[in-house]
Amino acid sequence: MVTLNINGEQHELDVPDNMPLLWAIRDVVGMKGTKFGCGVSQCGACTVHLDGAAIRSCVTPVSAAKGEITTIEAMADDPVGSKVQQAWLDLGVAQCGYCQGGQIMNATALLKKTPNPDTSEIVDAMAGNLCRCGTYNRILAAIERVAGKEDQA
Amino acid sequence: MSRSDDRLLLANVSRRRFLMGLAGGSALVLAARWDMPLANEKAQFGAGAMPGGWVDDPNVFIHIDSDGTVTVVNNRAEMGQGIRTSLVLLAADELGADWDRVKVRQAEANQEKYGNQNTDGSRSMRHWYDPMRRAAAAARLMLEQAAANQWSVPLHEVRTDIHKVIHTPSGRELGFGELAEAARELEVPGRNDLVLKTDDELRFIGRESGYINGKLESAHPKAIDGEDIVTGKAIFGADVEVENPLYAVIARPPVYGGKVKNYDDSETLKVPGVEKTLEIEGTGQPAGFSPLGGVAVVATNTWAAIEGRRKLKIEWDNGPAGDNASYTSEAYREALEKRAQSPGRVIRDGGDVENALKQASKTVSATYYMPHMAQSPMEPMVATVVVANGEVEVWAPVQNPRATRDTVAGRLGLDREKVRVNVTLLGGGFGRKSKPDYAAEAATVAQAFEGRPVRLQWTREDDIHHAYFHAVSVDHLEAGLDDEGKAVAWRHRTLSPSIGSLFAPDPEHKGEFELGMGFNTMPFSIPAIRLENPPAPAHVRIGWFRSVYNLPHAWAIQSFAHEVSVAAGRDHRDYVLELLGPGREIHNLTVGDGWNYGEDPEMYPIDTGRMRAVVEKATEAAGWGKKLPEGRGMGLAFHHSFVSYTAIVFDVEVDDSGNVIIHRADIAFDCGRQANPERIRSQLEGACVMGIGVALMSEVTFKDGVAQQDNFDTYLLPRMPDAPKEIHIHLMDRQDEPMGGVGEPGLPPVAPALCNAIYAATGKRIRRLPVGDQLKA
Repeated sequence: MVTLNINGEQHELDVPDNMPLLWAIRDVVGMKGTKFGCGVSQCGACTVHLDGAAIRSCVTPVSAAKGEITTIEAMADDPVGSKVQQAWLDLGVAQCGYCQGGQIMNATALLKKTPNPDTSEIVDAMAGNLCRCGTYNRILAAIERVAGKEDQA
Repeated sequence: MSRSDDRLLLANVSRRRFLMGLAGGSALVLAARWDMPLANEKAQFGAGAMPGGWVDDPNVFIHIDSDGTVTVVNNRAEMGQGIRTSLVLLAADELGADWDRVKVRQAEANQEKYGNQNTDGSRSMRHWYDPMRRAAAAARLMLEQAAANQWSVPLHEVRTDIHKVIHTPSGRELGFGELAEAARELEVPGRNDLVLKTDDELRFIGRESGYINGKLESAHPKAIDGEDIVTGKAIFGADVEVENPLYAVIARPPVYGGKVKNYDDSETLKVPGVEKTLEIEGTGQPAGFSPLGGVAVVATNTWAAIEGRRKLKIEWDNGPAGDNASYTSEAYREALEKRAQSPGRVIRDGGDVENALKQASKTVSATYYMPHMAQSPMEPMVATVVVANGEVEVWAPVQNPRATRDTVAGRLGLDREKVRVNVTLLGGGFGRKSKPDYAAEAATVAQAFEGRPVRLQWTREDDIHHAYFHAVSVDHLEAGLDDEGKAVAWRHRTLSPSIGSLFAPDPEHKGEFELGMGFNTMPFSIPAIRLENPPAPAHVRIGWFRSVYNLPHAWAIQSFAHEVSVAAGRDHRDYVLELLGPGREIHNLTVGDGWNYGEDPEMYPIDTGRMRAVVEKATEAAGWGKKLPEGRGMGLAFHHSFVSYTAIVFDVEVDDSGNVIIHRADIAFDCGRQANPERIRSQLEGACVMGIGVALMSEVTFKDGVAQQDNFDTYLLPRMPDAPKEIHIHLMDRQDEPMGGVGEPGLPPVAPALCNAIYAATGKRIRRLPVGDQLKA
């Protein structure tokens, strides 16, 4: 048995230790906001927070996910996450939307650690999150908006 | 609050009672008095020529609840282009609905009821703008009539305001919800009785909003799925809740046409959670939309299925694959380049090119290469299917619901009516999800588990190994110049495997719609033009990739036009404006194209005046000709596709290590009348970024018939650092012109504009894509 603390709730799961957190969250716990994109930590669609840090749930075995796991479903209740979500809406960032949960998780982790990132810090921090629709310019603008920098963008 | 009323996806048909929307269909007779352009609705063109045609019955599309909630049915697939927002926006605007009280419901596959649902070819808005506005105008008239009846006043004394009807003389009001039940009882008015709102009366259609070139015009642009997306609630293909599902992945033949010889699943079955393996029969070549075959691993979760597949020992039989098993990209490229030196099937011939080339005082020639690419939407292919009692229910992210229905029915030997297809949100499509092979695979596996839902998941490796690949292309061009550098001869040979090879014995030549994507429709005014198409066989599944054959045609033609201008010693922009010649309308039949994207050539000629205008706009906005620092340059390209016009200028720097830094993109775009400018801009921004991938990094190569890239660590896509620092979109004000496509036409000119800019910055000419490390050391 593995115990996962997801969005403040304890989940007892009967899964192998090496099952990636992504599949435990999606198929076993049944929360669908965290997405599968590549399975090898190359796209960021599966990004969740582990004790506040952005991790790729597709390569994190459940045995290593000891701590507080936070997913996109809980971002509306997060003071920074909700601002990021609002900026995403204000700028119409999403196209298909599939990667955007992971983008928001990654951006929120960045802004919590670095509330006033400069452009190159944002670009570096977001480089691991792919968006095939190509919404990068709006993602950057949305993050700068949360950081209070849209006028300099 | 979710704006999606898609509880149908949860397998329990909504019990919600729609007060309107229960009546039957109305006859489709064209109105004589109609103030919107209807030429593209005639049977032979546009929406009228599509399977299933168009429908404008308000009872099909507009539902109003007694609480005033307006639900608009969206019949097209949402894959990021924003059609669920934009079609609903049209209806809400024409109806007079309050945007905050409007929801959307996704139509299931039913072309008889909803008209054409095949979401490709950049057609959704240009084919559905008029029918959706008419449906909403009819619903508005029914609400107004219901109010007039209730008040016993003449219809002309009532008018619609936002979400209510007003009796003008007395000021009395009734809300949409209060009128819905009475309105439902009324007959649908004839088209002759409808009056569409004038442009002045519109609140949303054609109005700018949201993010424009780095600034917010208005916060919170309308996006009906926006809140669901940012909160993780939006339902994509793998997110559908079904009871007690099984999860499957398939090991497919690595070579196109191969099959399973034998397999050993003893280690697979030891993986906790794996329930069963089963061999899936392929259909051989041509594959069409059918499964490739292989071995399915079925488990109680996705991870167990993936692990189980990893432990399969499969011996493949490549005999049926024929020479696909020796398909190797480098050798294939060399073979096509050699073949490009000899004449091929003549597609267009005007003037005496041979003689003109001989007489020319200078000749230029070049050969361009574009590799295979995988569409690779961020959401890998997935489908959930339950087969029970001879009936099938499918939940899947598909661009073509009808083809999904027919392919699944055909695979299982059932009538179409026995198959229900529910369309989820698509996590990107780009042409890949036009092919419902994954739904047919899921149905095949589900058939073995009567009554139990099976979710078939593709991994990223599956996606890259088994794409319907963008056709590899070789284009060879020659031009002759006179003493003054004016182009007097132009010869272009294009070689690519055809998508026709997917459905029939390999034609080895491009079909009419493939040539019509910017090859024979090349608009330059040159005295002698000869266009040829030598053969190129297919060795993998070839399929649509956003903008399709416009990609290689624009890449080659626009790169070569620049090379010719350099040879002539002329400014690129001035030179191409001369090549385009004075503004004129080119009828597609006069250049040998009988297709014209399916549209009426009288309504949609190729207008070189509009082409010139976007070139002028993009270059002016970019400051074309201004002095740039060392190592920096501007590049231009333009292209007509999907009956729209695009021109792009890039301002690019190549640093000492050979890295390409894109400082700015200026994109001028003319798609005629605009429905939702905010989503037009987002499509162009996205196409620009995707095109940067085409230009700089994306390539799938083959060795002995096997794709050599596995995941995003080797099949490279653009990331945030690769995006332009600024993208400026310039929408041309052409509200008087009929609508053109939006989703695709932004893509074709990106790669040539970028490579032309690289030449301007470095003097290095790129003729083989992707750029990769060609600029390094």
